[in-house]
Amino acid sequence: MKSIIIDDEQMARAIVNQLISMNNQVELIDSFPSAIEAIKYLNQNSVDLIFLDIHMPAFSGFDLLQTLKNPPKVILTTSDKNFAIEAFEYDCIVDYLVKPITQERFNKAIQKATNFSKLPKENAKSQEVEVVKELYVNIDRRLIKLNFETINVVEAKGDYILIKTETKNYTVHSTMKKIQEKLPEDLFLKVHRSFIINTKKIIDIEDNSVLIGNNVIPVSRSNRPELMQRLNLL
Amino acid sequence: MKEQPNLLYLKEISGGDLAFENQMLEIVKKELPEEIKSYENSLKENNFKLTAEIVHKLKHKISILGLEKSYQIAIDFEENLKKSNLSLQIEFEEILDSMINFIKNV
Repeated sequence: MKSIIIDDEQMARAIVNQLISMNNQVELIDSFPSAIEAIKYLNQNSVDLIFLDIHMPAFSGFDLLQTLKNPPKVILTTSDKNFAIEAFEYDCIVDYLVKPITQERFNKAIQKATNFSKLPKENAKSQEVEVVKELYVNIDRRLIKLNFETINVVEAKGDYILIKTETKNYTVHSTMKKIQEKLPEDLFLKVHRSFIINTKKIIDIEDNSVLIGNNVIPVSRSNRPELMQRLNLL
Repeated sequence: MKEQPNLLYLKEISGGDLAFENQMLEIVKKELPEEIKSYENSLKENNFKLTAEIVHKLKHKISILGLEKSYQIAIDFEENLKKSNLSLQIEFEEILDSMINFIKNV
C-alpha cells in the first residue's frame, strides 16, 4: 500500500516512517508537516493510506477528512484518546493509534488496512451474499415463482406436495424432504411428518394443532418442543 | 523511586537502527529546550490555551523517553490547563527537568 504521513511534529513523522520501514505491507511515498500541504498533494496524486495526526495547528486531521471528497483509507495517529468516538463517524478510518505507537500495534493496524482494502465499505453491500427470497416450482412445464413469505403451509400428498399460499394452492411432484431443504429454516418448521408450516403465519396454537389461515395443522408430539422454542412467549 | 527517562521505547521501535535512535535524540535535544521556553512564556502570560497546546506537544516527547507514569501526569495537566487550572504544574515541571538532565548526558 502506498502511504503518506501527515503530522506537524517531526518526531512523530520520523517514528511512523521507522515503523513503516519495518513493515513490508506498506510503503511511504511522502510525508507532510501540515494538512494544507497534504491536500495540495492529494489533489494531484492518489495514495492507498494516510497516517493522519488529528491535533495540528490551523487545520486538524478531521478538517482534512472533511475536505477530501473521496478519502483513501486513514489510520489516525494521535496523543489524544478523546477523539475515538468522532473517528467512528468516518468510514475511511481504519484504525486509531495512540502515541507512543509500538511496532506490534502498528502492524495490527496495517493488517486491518489490508483487510479493509479487500472489502471496502462502499462495495460491501454489493458483495454480500444475496438472500434468496423465493422458490420456483414446476407445474405443467411452467416454472412458477412463489415468494417464501406468501407460503402458509406445505402438505404431503403421496408422491406430491401441496403448497398452500395466501391466494392459491399448488400441487407439485416432489417430496417433503426436498422442499424442506429449499425453505429457509428460520421461517419454516416441520411440525408433523406431513406438514411444514410458515411459523410467521401462525394465528394460534391449541393443544396439538396450529391455526394458519383457515387450516388447522396437526403438531406431532416430537415436533412440539421445537415449535414452542420458536415462539416469543410472554 | 521516581521514574527516569530511558531509551527503551526508541530501542524497541528502532530494531537496532542506531542512526534512527540518534536522529530521534537530536530532535529531542533541539526541540525540547525550545518547547520548554515556549511553555514558560505562555504560562507567564496566563495563556492557558496555548500552554495546554505546548504541553500536548511535550507529551509526545515524554512518552518517547519511556516515561509512562509521567505521560499520564502530562495528560491530566493538559486537561487542567484547558480549565485554567494549574494543578500538577510542579509535578509536570519536575518531569521536564528530568528530561533536560537526561538529554544532557545521553
